[in-house]
Amino acid sequence: MHELPVINSILSVVLKHAAANQVKKVVAIHLQVGEMSDLEDAWMQQYFDYLSKGGLAEGAVLKIERIPVVMRCAACGHTYEVNVKDGTKPLCPECGGDKHSLVSGREYFIKNMEVL
Amino acid sequence: MNDAVRIIEVKEDILADNALMAKNLNNALTASKTFLMNLMASPGAGKTTTLLATLARIGKNLKVGVMEADIDSKVDAEKIAAAGTEAIQIKTGGFCHMDATMVKTGLDAMDSKRFDLVILENVGNLVCPAEFETGAHLNAMILSIPEGDDKPLKYPLMFSVCQVLLINKMDYLPLSDFNLELFKERVRAINPDMTIFEISAKTGQGVDAWAEWLMARVRNVIG
Repeated sequence: MHELPVINSILSVVLKHAAANQVKKVVAIHLQVGEMSDLEDAWMQQYFDYLSKGGLAEGAVLKIERIPVVMRCAACGHTYEVNVKDGTKPLCPECGGDKHSLVSGREYFIKNMEVL
Repeated sequence: MNDAVRIIEVKEDILADNALMAKNLNNALTASKTFLMNLMASPGAGKTTTLLATLARIGKNLKVGVMEADIDSKVDAEKIAAAGTEAIQIKTGGFCHMDATMVKTGLDAMDSKRFDLVILENVGNLVCPAEFETGAHLNAMILSIPEGDDKPLKYPLMFSVCQVLLINKMDYLPLSDFNLELFKERVRAINPDMTIFEISAKTGQGVDAWAEWLMARVRNVIG
């Protein structure tokens, strides 16, 4: 159920661009999804199939690329990738600092779509 | 012959519209001297009980309103109202979170500028409410001891978007295998700036310190 609002937003952006470009059918959608997201690829596709039924985007394949979580060190400005699901404390590999801000990793970005 | 496949560049973040709406809402709230707190937790973590314990301590000093978001019930709003705080219930109709548009509708309905502090009790889960910004000045979350110390590993986004964490049901700690130090380490790995309070809404442990901290945060914004 958590996928629904996200997939609904994706579908409405896709249909908006489809209408503006005289698209007959949407074949594939290239998404960039941050590693912070808890949504699973297979479920995103299932919910997409359900919501897109009967429209231009029915049958479109979601090509999902995961975007790593990247932090910027507050002390030295260095950016580095972090695995947020293994529970280890991310330290800056340059200066050892433990204060950081998120640069990427929580996006749902629609890069492009393949259409007929 | 088949039509050739074309590629249309979209380049849109689907959360961008909501983020912009949230930012505008936050500016409007600040201008009307109303502080919005977005309270998030799992079902059963003790959101409503913690809210009641908090209201009992801050209600004398601040004019507080509560917005209860629930999929389809008004039992929480009734409890809050029975304790003497104005509350409205938003039924999300199956939606598992509140987005900025829904929050604005609720704030307008309760005439939010009358309040110093509006507390949004978001829908009970650790997934969707973290994804959608609400326009709040403060994102607070509750994690209760019986839920387990592994939750930061499962729901990193929720722990990363909150500024304050209430560890609730501390009275259960002696009965459980919850590792408090390991848990805090996992939280700080995701969010080194998280402010943490150890509380029990039931016994009142730690609630005074949390209420003081919250009042100071509110005063910072409303003056």
